[in-house]
Amino acid sequence: MPDLYGEAMRFLTALALTWTTFAAGAFATPGQPTDGALGFQPAVTPIMEEVVSFHNILLVLITVITLFVMGLLIYVMIRYNRKTNPTPSKNSHNTLLEVVWTAVPVLILIGIAIPSFPLLYLQDEIPPEIDFTLKATGNQWNWSYEYPDHEVAEYFSNMVEEEDLQPGQLRNLSVDYPLVVPVDATVRLQVTASDVIHNWAMPSFGTKMDAIPGRINEAWFQATQEGVYYGQCSELCGLRHAFMPIEVHVVPQDVFDAWIAAKAEDEYSEAADAIIAQYTAARETRLAQLD
Amino acid sequence: MSADAATHDDHTPSMWDWRRWVLSTNHKDIGTMYLVFAIFAGIIGGGLSGLIRWELMEPGLQVFTGEDTGWGAIFGNAHNYNVVTTMHALIMIFFMVMPAMIGGFGNWFVPLMIGAPDMAFPRMNNISFWLLPASFALALMSMFVPGAGADLGFGGGWVLYPPLSTSGHNGPAMDLLILSLHIAGISSILGAINFITTIFNMRAPGMTIHKMPLFVWSVLVTVFLLLLSLPVLAGALTMLLTDRNFGTAFFAPEGGGDPVMYQHLFWFFGHPEVYILILPGFGIISHIVSTFSRKPIFGYLGMAYAMVAIGFIGFIVWAHHMYTVGMPVDLKAYFVAATMVIAVPTGIKIFSWIATMWGGSMEFRTPMMWAIGFIFLFTVGGVTGVVLANAGVDQPLHDTYYVVAHFHYVLSLGAVFAIFAGWYYWFEKIFGVKYNSFLARAQFFFFFIGANVIFFPQHFLGLQGMPRRYVDYADGFAFWNAVSSWGYVIMLIGMVLFFAVLVDAIIRRRKGEANPWGEGATTLEWTLSSPPPFHQFSELPKIK
Repeated sequence: MPDLYGEAMRFLTALALTWTTFAAGAFATPGQPTDGALGFQPAVTPIMEEVVSFHNILLVLITVITLFVMGLLIYVMIRYNRKTNPTPSKNSHNTLLEVVWTAVPVLILIGIAIPSFPLLYLQDEIPPEIDFTLKATGNQWNWSYEYPDHEVAEYFSNMVEEEDLQPGQLRNLSVDYPLVVPVDATVRLQVTASDVIHNWAMPSFGTKMDAIPGRINEAWFQATQEGVYYGQCSELCGLRHAFMPIEVHVVPQDVFDAWIAAKAEDEYSEAADAIIAQYTAARETRLAQLD
Repeated sequence: MSADAATHDDHTPSMWDWRRWVLSTNHKDIGTMYLVFAIFAGIIGGGLSGLIRWELMEPGLQVFTGEDTGWGAIFGNAHNYNVVTTMHALIMIFFMVMPAMIGGFGNWFVPLMIGAPDMAFPRMNNISFWLLPASFALALMSMFVPGAGADLGFGGGWVLYPPLSTSGHNGPAMDLLILSLHIAGISSILGAINFITTIFNMRAPGMTIHKMPLFVWSVLVTVFLLLLSLPVLAGALTMLLTDRNFGTAFFAPEGGGDPVMYQHLFWFFGHPEVYILILPGFGIISHIVSTFSRKPIFGYLGMAYAMVAIGFIGFIVWAHHMYTVGMPVDLKAYFVAATMVIAVPTGIKIFSWIATMWGGSMEFRTPMMWAIGFIFLFTVGGVTGVVLANAGVDQPLHDTYYVVAHFHYVLSLGAVFAIFAGWYYWFEKIFGVKYNSFLARAQFFFFFIGANVIFFPQHFLGLQGMPRRYVDYADGFAFWNAVSSWGYVIMLIGMVLFFAVLVDAIIRRRKGEANPWGEGATTLEWTLSSPPPFHQFSELPKIK
């Protein structure tokens, strides 16, 4: 028998927390899911910012439409029931009305399409000036990465198992050898797979691209805030589909240069890990002081 | 001699005579068998969704822990979780909603509504039904034979994408599933041929195509979609089969094939399929709204041709399921535009239902409550569809719980609510006994609240980025998953009430009326007794 009282209290506490979070808006840590949150993760790329603002418009629109339909339903239920309207009308046509409820949705859809298409093209077309290329390969069940422009050989990035988690690492999200990119750099991402279809997804970047064996798909991102960002495989790929996360560290250019130099020597370089660990620790101390 | 033949025809065979069912050529008996089959499949499919919500109730592994329980694919490891999600989808689509809507209500009421004595090909009707239990048995068997390595069952999702469904699943589970879907497809194609012939050729004198009840229109459009889309699925499945067993490489890149081609073929079937699931529901809802508002349906022609338009556009929007496969951007732009167009005929239907109620004299009997619930929930599912149609916004939402929420609002809360609306609308007509409307209304409220508690929070999970088909999730998704799982408990109470209604009706056997709904019920089935005679309309009704 589940502990109903405990569940109920946990539910109410979390509900209260949710609404506080919702009202305050920005308690969420960027780059990872926030428990009880209602919307997108904070955007850290220009593309995701566009997506969020377009989605905000859509959200208002669909809420108004849904409330309008609900309002009409409630109105007819109150006004035209057997008690309030015992004799039904026999009216079954109204050409003007039918034209209106065909034309108005068309206009609304055109209104949606006007911001939608530019966003689509902006998202899809890789900018002509990119800083470097990054290659991600989906495998059952991990990701492997290459930095071809920096001559870093392919290295594998496995999830950290629950029993091996270090303080600050997240269950089901942290990996042993993460990706590192410089802040504000425009990165071209090439995605493929070695066995079945996977999908490289990073919610806070707004990036999601299928990794398909025999194909190389391209996407791009430009992360504008330092931090650690988590994503997860988003195409069913078998047994450990839920356990091949993606971790990206966005760091200042000099940290990236030091890291990539160590990586080019040895793709599993401990020195490279130490550079990131040192930077992360310093950044956390700095953030703690700001608080 | 001829008198003998007449008495023989009027004689209703005993319910306990197995030949009545196994050898049946009677559209009403076959319809009843379809409904019973759908209830059985619904119990299994709904039970599987219970395992899903149980597993997702808390972070970590609860049910699919990987310990050997001896339950085969039901309890097992993460692979078996994937098997359960896969089979939940396939069972609900092919063995619950389609048999209930088209096989059950379609068989029962298309001949009655057009004033025909039976379906055009009664024996083909029999084989259409009896192929389904065979197909279902194969699908269930596939859960208990090796799928991937030593793991039992096929866990590649109902979309069966290669290479996961070819080189990724080397065991016979996938082959059984292919055979199962082939047989289900044959069953549906035969049914489609039967309905098209019946509707085109067996309408009573005076019933022109523009006087046909909207449910008949909805079935007509649906079966055309079946007839045109299922052969494409059959082709794709056959290519999977030969890729797996005979060394072809249609979808294998190492042999020059392309996994994405499979996705195009699959969704060319798969998108019309979702309209196949919902269109008969549109028909059912139209009748219920009109009956209980005591008004003719508003904008009959617009309603009929909106369904035709939805059916047609349904064939040219398939790649909106594939925005992330790396399509050329212009192609994506086309699919965005085409997909958004579907909102227009759907809007016409919603507004016409409300306009039918407008000025009416509404009575909130059980079926009407389900119908009003349907209209609202389908609207919610519809507007999130407009959000997802925009490829730009779909990018972060693709394959997340937002999509799961969207399609359950239109199917689990749309199609299923329409099925229950139809069930309570025609229950008395089909079984000849009344049901307890208090229990049936209670079921409605538990379903309405439960389904919303299950699926509304999934929008939030999707926006936060929780991917679909995950046996275990990051801790940041815990809260809304717990809420969603509690919603399942509420809906389960509703399901118990459904069976309580059945048991109550069986025990009390209160004799049903020919027309319990009064003057609003104008279609031909209400002119017959409840249940109707074993053979009806030996003299064809004349339609003015």
